[in-house]
Amino acid sequence: MSNFFDKSDLSRKDVDEIVSETLKNCDDGEIYFENSKSESILLDDNKIKSSNYSSDLGFGFRAVSNEVVAYSHSNEISKDALKNSAKNLQSTLKSIKGTYNHEISKSNNKFYDDINPIEQKTLDAKLEVLNNVNDYLRKKDSTVKQVTASFSGEQKSIEIIRSGGEALTDVRPLIRFNVSVMLEKNGRKETGVYGIGGRQSYDEYLKNDNWKNVCEEALRIATVNLDSKPAPAGEMKVVLGPGWPAILIHEAIGHGLEGDFNRKKTSAFHDLMGQKVASEGVTIVDDGTIDKRRGSLTIDDEGTPTERTVLIENGILKNFMQDRLNARLMNTRSTGSGRRESYKHIVLPRMRNTMMLSGNQTQDEMIKSVDKGIFAVSFGGGQVDITSGKFVFNCTEAYEINNGKIGSPIKGATLIGDGPSILKEVSMVGNDMMMDPGIGTCGKAGQGVPVGVAQPSILIDKMTVGGTKL
Amino acid sequence: MIKDEEYLKSKASFCLDLAKKLGATDASVTVGNSISETVSFRNKVLDESNRSDSLAISIETYLGKKKSSITSSNLLDENLKTLIEKCFETTKITPDDEFNSLPDKDLLAKNIKDLNLYDQSHIENDKKIDYLKELEETASIDKKIINTESGFTQNKSNFILANSDGFCNGYKSSSFTASCVAVAKNENSMERDYEFTSKCHLNDISNPSELGKNAAEQTIKKLNPKKIGSDKLSIIFDKRISKGFLSSFAGAISASAIARGTSFLKDKLNQPIFSNLINVIDKPDLIKGMGSKCFDSEGVRSDTLKLVSDGVLINYLVDTYNGKKLKLKSNGRSGGSTNLYFENGNINYDDLLKSHSKILYVTETIGHGTNLVTGDYSVGANGFLIENGEFKYPVNEITIAGNFNEMFKNITLANDLEFKYSVNSPTMMIDGMTVAGK
Repeated sequence: MSNFFDKSDLSRKDVDEIVSETLKNCDDGEIYFENSKSESILLDDNKIKSSNYSSDLGFGFRAVSNEVVAYSHSNEISKDALKNSAKNLQSTLKSIKGTYNHEISKSNNKFYDDINPIEQKTLDAKLEVLNNVNDYLRKKDSTVKQVTASFSGEQKSIEIIRSGGEALTDVRPLIRFNVSVMLEKNGRKETGVYGIGGRQSYDEYLKNDNWKNVCEEALRIATVNLDSKPAPAGEMKVVLGPGWPAILIHEAIGHGLEGDFNRKKTSAFHDLMGQKVASEGVTIVDDGTIDKRRGSLTIDDEGTPTERTVLIENGILKNFMQDRLNARLMNTRSTGSGRRESYKHIVLPRMRNTMMLSGNQTQDEMIKSVDKGIFAVSFGGGQVDITSGKFVFNCTEAYEINNGKIGSPIKGATLIGDGPSILKEVSMVGNDMMMDPGIGTCGKAGQGVPVGVAQPSILIDKMTVGGTKL
Repeated sequence: MIKDEEYLKSKASFCLDLAKKLGATDASVTVGNSISETVSFRNKVLDESNRSDSLAISIETYLGKKKSSITSSNLLDENLKTLIEKCFETTKITPDDEFNSLPDKDLLAKNIKDLNLYDQSHIENDKKIDYLKELEETASIDKKIINTESGFTQNKSNFILANSDGFCNGYKSSSFTASCVAVAKNENSMERDYEFTSKCHLNDISNPSELGKNAAEQTIKKLNPKKIGSDKLSIIFDKRISKGFLSSFAGAISASAIARGTSFLKDKLNQPIFSNLINVIDKPDLIKGMGSKCFDSEGVRSDTLKLVSDGVLINYLVDTYNGKKLKLKSNGRSGGSTNLYFENGNINYDDLLKSHSKILYVTETIGHGTNLVTGDYSVGANGFLIENGEFKYPVNEITIAGNFNEMFKNITLANDLEFKYSVNSPTMMIDGMTVAGK
């Protein structure tokens, strides 16, 4: 555990006093200390291109009164810096009165260990794996023209101190291992990318030469794309594979069910609570409690233990995802979804691991039922316009389907749909739910946080595919 | 108050001295401080205030051709000492890379021009609140506007870049930004749009009622959108979208993408990639420019650079490392382009709207469907359908797709260039793209 005060003129008692004094007329708020250590090591173009180590330390002080949030953060952990921040908060909230809500739920569950993944593997050993990746791919296939491989690891220690002196702490490990390969054949270039990661040591992911499987998968995707044809354009049936394609759920549904957009009534879902928003058989949960997953958290960034929140149950909208502020204003409870990128950022309700649960059909049945459509296996990124509900995502591996059979691979195309209606177009839900490999980062209001997704194969009856072939 | 030059220089020289003492053959340090203060409003009342005081230091140490780096926000000497020791230990076991080096001494910036990038005025939060009140009052006049969110940010930064070849320079900059997002609703639809203003100097930003009025009008215009059928169409890109093609272009001609062979513009130097009416300029020394720089992130002097002349690609954006790989001298573009723009075309905006009987006018794209390796482009879009020069109705839930190799050759530019961002383009038309809809 990080001791945030041992190199400063601050004592724990000073912090308690300043926090309690500043927040005495507020409805909520806390001080959040963070110490993060991170590394990134990159091999590119046959060389170790960069090795960077970073250490970041700071605090963010938040005061909340009714709907108003005042926030101030600094890198300097000192009495002066804290008092300056307190003054800044008080000047914003000078005429405001509230009653501090001390209530915060407790749990003894932990979903990852207090490890520092950076220290658990020597730099030499990491360099060796990266060089092995490069040699392996370049020897394996003469069309390989570029290989990029990277490690990134982090340990983030946080301490939250609330008015009255209550303190909550968490130590969060996170790693990611990524391989990208570019092939060139007959003047055509294509890339394939694959990665793995989560909240445990590098070796948990790399044991039994698992790095080779990551290489194979990146190479396979690039190889498929070398033979891809222009994608079709227009409305058609779409079969999504299991696992990572669930970023469709994340974009189309997830963001629209975050508490802030619904309190502000800017989400297309804000007046649909208790109503049917998806086909029967569709159940979606947001779960922060899955062991060692990228999107899991023992406590959220306000100190609330995370949970498994049912968002949609058998087609019916059941819950939004809430942080403390939006929960209070909407007369409900926090779902442990209050997250921030770092001490430099305010808390927002965010997703953790968003998952559509299995149904009982098979992927084969879905493909066979499609006369003309596409089968999308992997995606790049996605994005949503919360207000209009329109969302997109980009295929990185997809195939055409003709008369119930998988045909040629098609070039990366954007798929576009309408969030509130897309789940009503889901006509089959597979029995093959899978988690993603642990690579997702979600962006909202300029803040990136690690998330996970999962889904079974699904059949969507109508989506617009943004290819070039009419 | 942001940290002054003296403080930043003392931290930088502390680090350089220590790295040298440990045995580093070369080192470079960037140390900076930025303070930003934001006030946000929602539906005409205060929503959030945010003060951010950020220190950052990054250090690179070299041992011959070996290199590694550290970054930190903790500037206490004791912490810096630990980190530099760690950095140098890492450097020792990192393999040689023949292209690693500090920039050539004769390319380093010598005379630092004053580009008027810093305005010392300070706008108090109460004044920001007055501005936002007026902005949201204007934005919410029309009953169809059901939600407004706006913000005002003042940012002040200062930095020093120093290296062991004696370079030690930096400068202050400031920005003042106001923005407004409006949501409009009627029986059939709910839509969102925005407007913003951002300048180095407080006096240059737009007035609040103009900003609010534009945001509201643009949002209301989007109500009752229709989906159109799939088709090959001429597409006009509003200025806020057309600049994105320049950013993609800049990514594709960075020396790093070229050296790695991962750009669709590799091997296209001295070849026509646009029609012969197109010129692209990168101008670092624009007075008060949003992308202006006195030198690049390595300290290399940057001069105005013509990238495309009469449609022909004549320069890449070159930094020291990738320049050495490509046997080119750095042209001071480590960190990318500065103020990048297309020169004006020779048709006016109204004539462009009338140039075809049916045109899709795109005001927003969503998604990340740009592939710089292949040049393939496919994104979600919304905007308006134009028939015979007139805006007919809003359009959404469509995608537009093409490949940059052909799209670039089919660009027609209007003559309405403005310098609002660091990357700027006139209104742009591209013929022959595929629209996917119904």
